[in-house]
Amino acid sequence: MSTQTTTQPLQFHPSADFKNRSREALADTKLRQNFRGAMDFLRGKRSAQFPDENELENLRDLGEAVRKHALRNLPQLLEKLETQLTANGVQVHWAETAEEANAIIHGIAVGRGAKSVIKGKSMASEEIELNDYLGERGITCVESDMGEYVVQLAHEKPSHIVMPAIHKTKGDIAELFHEEIPDTPYTEDVDELIQIGRKTLRQMFVDADIGLSGVNFAIAETGTLWLVENEGNGRLSTTIPNTHIAIMGIEKVVEKLEQVIPLASLLTRSATGQAITTYFNLISGPRRPGELDGPREVHLVLLDNGRSQAFEDAELRATLQCIRCGACMNHCPVYARLGGHAYGTVYPGPIGQIISPHLLGLDDTRDLPTASSLCGACAEVCPVRIPIPQLLIRLRTEAQRNPGEAVAHRLKGQGASYSLGEQLVWKFWTGAYAHPSLHRIFRWLATRLRAFAPKQQMGWTRFRTPLQPAERSLHDLMAERKGNRL
Amino acid sequence: MEKRIYPAPPQQVYLFGTCLIDLFVPEAGMDALRLLEQAGVAVDFPMGQSCCGQPAYTSGNEASARTVAAAQMALFQEDWPIVVPSGSCAGMMRHHWPKLFAADPVLGPRAKVLAERTFELTEFLVEVLKVDFAALHAQSTVAPPPIKVALHTSCSARREMGTRSHGLALLRALPGVELVEQKNEAECCGFGGVFSLKHPDISGAMVADKTAAIEASGCDQLVSADAGCLCNIGHAAEHQGRALKVEHLASFVARRLRGEAQS
Ligand code: SF4
Repeated sequence: MSTQTTTQPLQFHPSADFKNRSREALADTKLRQNFRGAMDFLRGKRSAQFPDENELENLRDLGEAVRKHALRNLPQLLEKLETQLTANGVQVHWAETAEEANAIIHGIAVGRGAKSVIKGKSMASEEIELNDYLGERGITCVESDMGEYVVQLAHEKPSHIVMPAIHKTKGDIAELFHEEIPDTPYTEDVDELIQIGRKTLRQMFVDADIGLSGVNFAIAETGTLWLVENEGNGRLSTTIPNTHIAIMGIEKVVEKLEQVIPLASLLTRSATGQAITTYFNLISGPRRPGELDGPREVHLVLLDNGRSQAFEDAELRATLQCIRCGACMNHCPVYARLGGHAYGTVYPGPIGQIISPHLLGLDDTRDLPTASSLCGACAEVCPVRIPIPQLLIRLRTEAQRNPGEAVAHRLKGQGASYSLGEQLVWKFWTGAYAHPSLHRIFRWLATRLRAFAPKQQMGWTRFRTPLQPAERSLHDLMAERKGNRL
Repeated sequence: MEKRIYPAPPQQVYLFGTCLIDLFVPEAGMDALRLLEQAGVAVDFPMGQSCCGQPAYTSGNEASARTVAAAQMALFQEDWPIVVPSGSCAGMMRHHWPKLFAADPVLGPRAKVLAERTFELTEFLVEVLKVDFAALHAQSTVAPPPIKVALHTSCSARREMGTRSHGLALLRALPGVELVEQKNEAECCGFGGVFSLKHPDISGAMVADKTAAIEASGCDQLVSADAGCLCNIGHAAEHQGRALKVEHLASFVARRLRGEAQS
């Protein structure tokens, strides 16, 4: 079976190729139809969960307040979390970079003589490309979330943070299973497909040496890891193997157990349109003496990987409020047309556009902050009220900033989009629009020379007829009116 | 910023025409003025005005945005409301000027005062002036023929300014005007200022879906209170060879009140 191979070819191109990839994605009509249909479906499911606008807005206020409170106290809460988890028998590891996180997990695996890892869904593990890292070192990772499993089988990457295989139709999956899983007949019956996947995975849970999972919320006060899922694979991954390793970004901590209630409600309703998921796993340590099941050891890897850069800035810190529900991408007109892979980053869509620059630097992500019309559909649905358009403008500003300019809080890749040509255009524009006398000349020229308006106007005329100034500007018409009146 | 509440309708306003209307849809600016005057308000159009600074602001050039915005802020010395026939530019002035000048001890407080006084045109006509358009319409001697219109509300008007309801209320008050629905009406038309230049393919795909949805609505014409969307949708429709007529909401309403059919 192909998941037994140790390395996966990376299908992500450098994110600097965003423009080319988005063009390809737009030309792929099947892909566009798939995404459009899927997004419309998810939008409908979400809105059905929030029939009462007031309840929704109050809940969002609460969710935002909880996340802001946690971030305000982030260093203390992380310390508290470590203390509590340690008291519960969980071993806590800190990783500043993806490389460090991989090395920590690899170290644990080697120490246990592990050959295989069964994985519950974890975007943090995607972020550090754990499967490749371990695969190259002879340790097999098998994804047990059905969507992740499909993506792994196809040697691809997730195209959505909640539904990794949303770009695939059932026909695609039928073909994939038929080709990749031995003795599998071709079927497009969704239930049958799920059963095929489950049967194949069952034995792997039993055989795996290590179970790896993500974390939705970590509760500092009680030292609890909260894991939301629908398939039961998360529970199996975190209970059957002798060793459970959880990995999470440092921002996922909240102070108290009761504060998770509104967040969990917002998460499942915003993400999949479910009032509650099939499983809520609250993990608070390894098997205790006398207990018959559960892992013998539990580890938590706390991953920074650029998050501190966002944390240190009063405005950009809001990025870390995210609870990874995916609603922003489901409602994004750009994501709905491109799908997730075009972004070239682990986190696609609006959340990816605001977090990726911190994880990867603005040099590698310079085209992401501008790939938005700032329509605000994302911020309108974000359950924790992240002002995504505002953060995009800020990232654009940092990308446009002179790389040499000294600022209080410098972002990695400051000035990635800085160009003298563009600066010159803005200088000219500023001159023409800030000085009434120059603006008058500019208007006069634009209207009198309207016949000479270029027929090719950069990207505009690829899809539209050229813009042509009116014969007389509003200023001209107003002056005439004033003249008539006097 | 919160908008100011006027217990009695103001007698005098400033009109801020916006840079797009100034050069590309000047009639819409004149019609905004006519509507305000018909509602009994005196209108001052400061001749030194140009642009709210939004193009520079949203493309990440704060310093340019500040310079251009500051030049406008000097124009509105009297304590009158500033009426803007664009949700997008009004949104810039109400919500982003205060942020842009937050660190400026002089212009910061000034930006806040101006922000409170800034209104989008339909918002001002419907909510502040409470204009009775049906009554105005009744004064006209000729009744224009019935017409089906689709309304496109810009994203800033819809989400930042909350003025979709005002545009709807205004159109619904006009006799003979039937509003038709379009698919995915709340979705962006793909303009987004510099977005349409930096990511032309994505923007082009968005506006192609938009023009198709509008045409499928069976409307006789499209109206919108934002010139950016109008230019985007109108020029895209023309490029695609669709016979779709687009018009600024101010011009449409002014024309209906004059008793004219389609322009
Ligand atoms: S940014 Fe908001 S909407 Fe997007 S994934 Fe995060 S929490 Fe959900």
